[in-house]
Amino acid sequence: MSATLEIRRDPVDCAGADRELLLRIFRKMLEAREFEEQLYYLFLTTAMPGTMHQAVGQEAVAVGVVSALKADDTITSTHRGHAHCVAKDVPLNDMMAEMFAKREGSCRGMGGSMHLTDFSKGMLGAFAIVGSGIPIATGAALSARVRGSGQVAVSFFGDGAVNEGVFHEALNMAALWKLPAIYIIENNQYALSMTVAESSALPDLAARACAYDMPSARVDGNDVLAVYEATREAVERARAGGGPTLIEALTYRIRGHARFEAAGYRPEAEVQAWKEADPIERLAAGMIAAGAVTEAQLSQIRAEAEADVEAAIDYAGRCTDVGAEDYLAYITAET
Amino acid sequence: MRQLGLAAAIREGIVQEMRADDSVILLGEDVGKFGGAFHVTHDLLDEFGAERVWDTPISEAGFTGLGIGAALTGLRAIVEYQYLDFIFCAMDQVVNQAAKIHLMSGGRAKVPLVLRGPQGATGRGAQHSQSIEGYFMHTPGMKVVLPSTPYDAKGLIISAIRDDNPVLFVEHKLLYGAASPGGGKALSDSAIQAIGMDVPEAPYAIPLGEADIKREGEDVTIIATLLMLHRALALAEQMQAEGVSVEVIDPRSLAPLDVETIAASVAKTNRAVVVSEDTARAGVSAELVATINDHCFYDLEAPVQRVAAVDAPIPFGPASERHAIPQVEDIRAAVLRALSD
Repeated sequence: MSATLEIRRDPVDCAGADRELLLRIFRKMLEAREFEEQLYYLFLTTAMPGTMHQAVGQEAVAVGVVSALKADDTITSTHRGHAHCVAKDVPLNDMMAEMFAKREGSCRGMGGSMHLTDFSKGMLGAFAIVGSGIPIATGAALSARVRGSGQVAVSFFGDGAVNEGVFHEALNMAALWKLPAIYIIENNQYALSMTVAESSALPDLAARACAYDMPSARVDGNDVLAVYEATREAVERARAGGGPTLIEALTYRIRGHARFEAAGYRPEAEVQAWKEADPIERLAAGMIAAGAVTEAQLSQIRAEAEADVEAAIDYAGRCTDVGAEDYLAYITAET
Repeated sequence: MRQLGLAAAIREGIVQEMRADDSVILLGEDVGKFGGAFHVTHDLLDEFGAERVWDTPISEAGFTGLGIGAALTGLRAIVEYQYLDFIFCAMDQVVNQAAKIHLMSGGRAKVPLVLRGPQGATGRGAQHSQSIEGYFMHTPGMKVVLPSTPYDAKGLIISAIRDDNPVLFVEHKLLYGAASPGGGKALSDSAIQAIGMDVPEAPYAIPLGEADIKREGEDVTIIATLLMLHRALALAEQMQAEGVSVEVIDPRSLAPLDVETIAASVAKTNRAVVVSEDTARAGVSAELVATINDHCFYDLEAPVQRVAAVDAPIPFGPASERHAIPQVEDIRAAVLRALSD
C-alpha cells in the first residue's frame, strides 16, 4: 500500500455539517495556530524559557479528534501538545502563563511546553518521551471500564512512536480486553529528520492494527471533518463496548522539529505543497462554499482568536514568576 | 495469635485493602488464574473477579503504564513483577512517568501506584537474582519500601496501597515463608528468624519512613534490610555471647529514610555498619554511609563500615553466589573493623 495519501488542497466538505460545530472547530484551530505563531516570536523577543515543538499545520488532527469527545473523556498528549491543550479547552491564559514559568500556569510553572497539560480538563499529561503516553491512556481506558464511567481515553502520538515497544504492548492489551481506547497517529511524516519510509518496514501505519485484530482508519489529517468523523465512529464503538480503534491521520509539520530547527532535510517543494494544503484555509473555504459563514464572519473570528492570544500574553506578563524553591513542594504528594 | 509467613502477610494486607476499597486493582503476569508465581495473589481472582485482578500479557512496560493511567483516573493500582529484575523493562514508565508526573503537573496529579515483586540471590543466575532498590532510591518521586518480617509486611503494604505516590515494594524470595515456592529454601538458612510470626488479623498500617529498631544494643549499630537484616540479627545473637552488644536497625523504607532513628542510634553506639544485598558501587550502602557521615560525623569513633554485594552480575554457581552476596561472616568482619578503632 502507498505510504502517502495524495496531498489534497480542496475545501473541506462542510455540506450538512452543524454550523455551531464548524464555528467551534474553526475557532479552536485558529487559537492553536495563533498560540504557536506567537510563541515563535516570544522566543525570539522575550525571555521565554525552554524550548517548544510546534504543530503548525497539524491543528485539524487535535481539534477534529477532541471535538468528537465529551468533556470528561481523557487524552494523553506529547511534547508537541499545544494544540491538544487548546482543543481540550485548557484556558489560553493558563497555557501562556505556563510557557513563561508562572505560578498561575496550568502546571504551576513546573511543566512548561513539553508537559503542558491541565488535569481538570481530562488531560492526563503531556508525556515527552516518545510513545510513553500510549500505555497510560490505555490504563485510563481500563480504569473507565473498571469504574463503569462510560469515558473513552485517547492517546495522541506521532509516526515515530509506533516503533516504540509500548505501542505494541498497549494496543495488544487494549484489543485483547476491548478497552474504550482510541489511538491517534499524528503522521506528520517526519520523526525529526527520519521519514516514515526510513523508519517503518510497513509505511502504512494504520495497517498495524491488523496485528491486534483492531479496527483502523486512515484519514486526511488536514481535513478536520474527516478526522472528526473517523473519531466519532471510534468513540461510538468504544462506548458500546466494541473496543479500541487505531486512526492514522496524515498531516504535515510545517515548521521544524523544535523551536528554530530549520528542517533542511525536507524538499522545499514538498513543504510548499503542504503549506498550500493548510487545514485552516481548507476549512475556511469549505465553510464559505457551504454557505455556513461569510468572509466577514471569518475575519471576525480570526480577529477574536488573535485578540484572545494577545490577551493571554498580557495576562502572563501580569503573573508571578515561579519561586526558586516552589518545586520542593511537588516532589511527593501528601497522602 | 496465628502466625503468618511474609507472602501470606502481604496477601492478607492486599485482600483487606481490596475489600475495603473498590478502587484497588491488581495487574501483572500470572497474578490471577495462577495466583502469582510466589503465591502472593493466591485466590484473589476468585474473590475479586477479572475486573479487579488483571492477568496481563508479558508486557512489563505496557502494564506498568496501564497502572499509571489507572492511578491517574481514580483507581489505586498494584502492579506485580514476577521478578523485580523485570521492572527494568518498564524503566521509562517508572522513572520518567510515574515518579515525575506529580511534579510535572505542579502537584495537581497524583499517582497512587504500588510496584511490587520479589528479588534477591537464590541460585537463579544474573537475571533473576539481583537487588534493584538502589535504582529507585536514587529516583526522586519514588518511595521505596522493604519489609523484612511478616508483621512489617502487612502493615507496610497497607500503607503503600493507601499512599498517593508510586511506591516500590521490595520483597525477598528467601523471606516469603514455607508456604511460598520461593520460601522453602529459607528454612535452611539459620540466620532467618522470621519465617512465621504473629501477625494481627485486623488491618493495621505502619507509616512509610519509620525505621524499626529490631534489636537494641550499645556497642555498634548495624543498618540492614530484607535478608541482610536477618543475617545481622543472627550475628548480633552470636556476638552477644562474645560480649559485644549490637543494635540492629531496619529502615523499612529507604525513601523516605528515617535518618533520625539511625542518627540517634549512632549517637549512642558511635559505630556503624551498613549492610545491603545490592551491589556496592553507587548503591544503597554508599548512600547510607554518606548519610551517616553527613549527620553523625562527630559522633563516630570509627569510619562507617559497609558490606554489600560484589560489583558483579550475580553468578549462578552456589559457591560464587555465596561469595558475591554478604554472609554473616562478612558482616562480622565489618563489625570488628568498626570496633577496632
